[in-house]
Amino acid sequence: MIKKNTLITYAGLGLFGVFGPILFPDYTLSIAYLWMMVLMASTWDILGGQMGYNSLGNITFFGVGMYVSAIVQIAFFYDGGVAEYTSAMGAVKPEFTDSEYFYGIFIGIIAAALACLAFSLVLSTFMFGLRGPYFAIGSLGVAVMVAEVTITINYVGGASGISMPLFPGDIEFRSTFFYMLCFVITVMAHFLLRWLFSTQFGLAANAIRDDEDKAEAMGIPTIRYKRIGWGIAALFMGAMGAVAGNMAGFIDKEVAYPIPTFGIFMVAMVLLGGKGTLWGPVLGAIIFHVVKEVTWTYLLNLQWIALGLILIINIVYFQQGLMGWLQTKYPEMFGIVVDDGNKTKKAEA
Amino acid sequence: MIDNLQLLFVWAPILNVQVILEGIFVGAVFALSAYGLALVWGVMNIKNLAQGDFVIMGGYMALSLSQANIPLPLILLIVVATMFVYGWIIYVGMIRRILDQDMFVSLLATFGLSLLMQQTLNLIYGPEVQIIDLHLPNFDFFDNMVNVPSSKILSLFLAAAIAASVVIFMKKSRTGQAIRATAQDPRAARVLGINTDRVYAITFAFNSAICGAAGVLVAIIWVIQPFYGVTYSVRSFAIVTAAGLGNLPGVIGAAFGIGLVEKYTGMIIGTAYEVAAPVTMLVLVLIYRQYNLKRNRQVLR
Repeated sequence: MIKKNTLITYAGLGLFGVFGPILFPDYTLSIAYLWMMVLMASTWDILGGQMGYNSLGNITFFGVGMYVSAIVQIAFFYDGGVAEYTSAMGAVKPEFTDSEYFYGIFIGIIAAALACLAFSLVLSTFMFGLRGPYFAIGSLGVAVMVAEVTITINYVGGASGISMPLFPGDIEFRSTFFYMLCFVITVMAHFLLRWLFSTQFGLAANAIRDDEDKAEAMGIPTIRYKRIGWGIAALFMGAMGAVAGNMAGFIDKEVAYPIPTFGIFMVAMVLLGGKGTLWGPVLGAIIFHVVKEVTWTYLLNLQWIALGLILIINIVYFQQGLMGWLQTKYPEMFGIVVDDGNKTKKAEA
Repeated sequence: MIDNLQLLFVWAPILNVQVILEGIFVGAVFALSAYGLALVWGVMNIKNLAQGDFVIMGGYMALSLSQANIPLPLILLIVVATMFVYGWIIYVGMIRRILDQDMFVSLLATFGLSLLMQQTLNLIYGPEVQIIDLHLPNFDFFDNMVNVPSSKILSLFLAAAIAASVVIFMKKSRTGQAIRATAQDPRAARVLGINTDRVYAITFAFNSAICGAAGVLVAIIWVIQPFYGVTYSVRSFAIVTAAGLGNLPGVIGAAFGIGLVEKYTGMIIGTAYEVAAPVTMLVLVLIYRQYNLKRNRQVLR
């Protein structure tokens, strides 16, 4: 059963998603980044909010997906091979036909998603032994490690990076195309999560968050649920990484593993919106992105300082997030029935 | 890689001395910042991700003072005093409010602090790599194979002196005893009339002062840059997780160990991996600890 409020929200967001780039053609890529951030926040919340496993390393999958899709796209349609392409440092500009390019991108996105899923399964064999802050530190360590190792591999261009194949077609079609990719992936992720949280998975995840040992004692296969949760996050982060790599046109360590920016933004967005809720991350991401886009240009060099301040104030003084605040203020809106049985009884008497 | 191994162990084994010395110099500074981290972690259960930025901030303060031609001992004193006050302010403004929150909150909040500090330093000093040059002579041994700047030897002695005074302070002074009592059982400490809030403030400020002192050493013997703080934080975390809390010999041992691993990795595999080495160590240590824990858990069942 979908409530009326939710339907209105979906209709509004859907209309904005489809007509946004038509109404504001100058901001198409900016709105694309908005959906990207919504996706990052939502997938972070699977583990961070619902399960209580605060990962600082989800950005790893973003970068791995980006590199995997680059390798696949080049390997499929460039005869010289990936090593030759990357060692030329962008001097080689192979002419892809339209069908080759789009086919390459779709194969690349799927390959990136699957590769990240596999990578998350490998990581989960040892990472989920870590709990609480150790998981956060450990996953941050994994992200830094993967980033540092990536730039030493000459096959993918080393520290000088890879320039992605050129987009066939004009620049407006290019931004619309990538916009639609971001939007579609985010919508898919949102509805998958919506369904997922309504199943047993959501209950098990919350049980793990509340008390993992008790959940285990109750017979919940905690490791399996954690694996599924991280796997889904990795799948979508990888796919989005593939899109973002093509959108940026050039990938290197800073683009692929933006640990101090997107890696932390996604946590900040979730905390801003309220973690452990379906809509919190979406709301947080939208507010964060809009505020960032509007104020960034006026702050000049102070933007990062402002970001640090926002993070501190958000965490120290405003922990429950917007959704959490709304939930305590107006519980009826969320279908939480406040038990006022005593009142009615008194009225009857 | 094979060439480097041959160079180290077959052709010029004397180079090992250089690598080991470098590792010890690195380790001495790591030990200081890691001890501060362990102190704060153990006493008030705060994981300070801004640890490295405190170090770098101390370094920049020393840089400014040395440009004003102030002698080194005075620089050290001023930096330690200023960082103590700074740590106190940070405690009152922010750490006090997250004391009884869950542990991830302290990680994120201090990450925000770290971002704030490195960007502010970047605004003030710019992103260039800088160094304090004391104009001290270099020593060469073994036909110039081993080269030791005397500033590094000086810093090693300074680090030892700082560590010794910290230990004496913690063991002998009333404040040190209060800190240790609070770490053991805050409630009992409160019952016995210790003002725990004040102890927490002193602990955090003390940590900040130790980091500031480490920062002075870093500025003398290596380079400082606003964004280098993260590496010190990561190493401190690796050391503390390896050594455990409240285990000073362990912290010092692990610090030298990680310094050696880093220098040997840089020498054998290549300097490109020097940053990856401590991070890899951190992940390995975490996994190893977890593995041990799992084994214990099975015994309990």
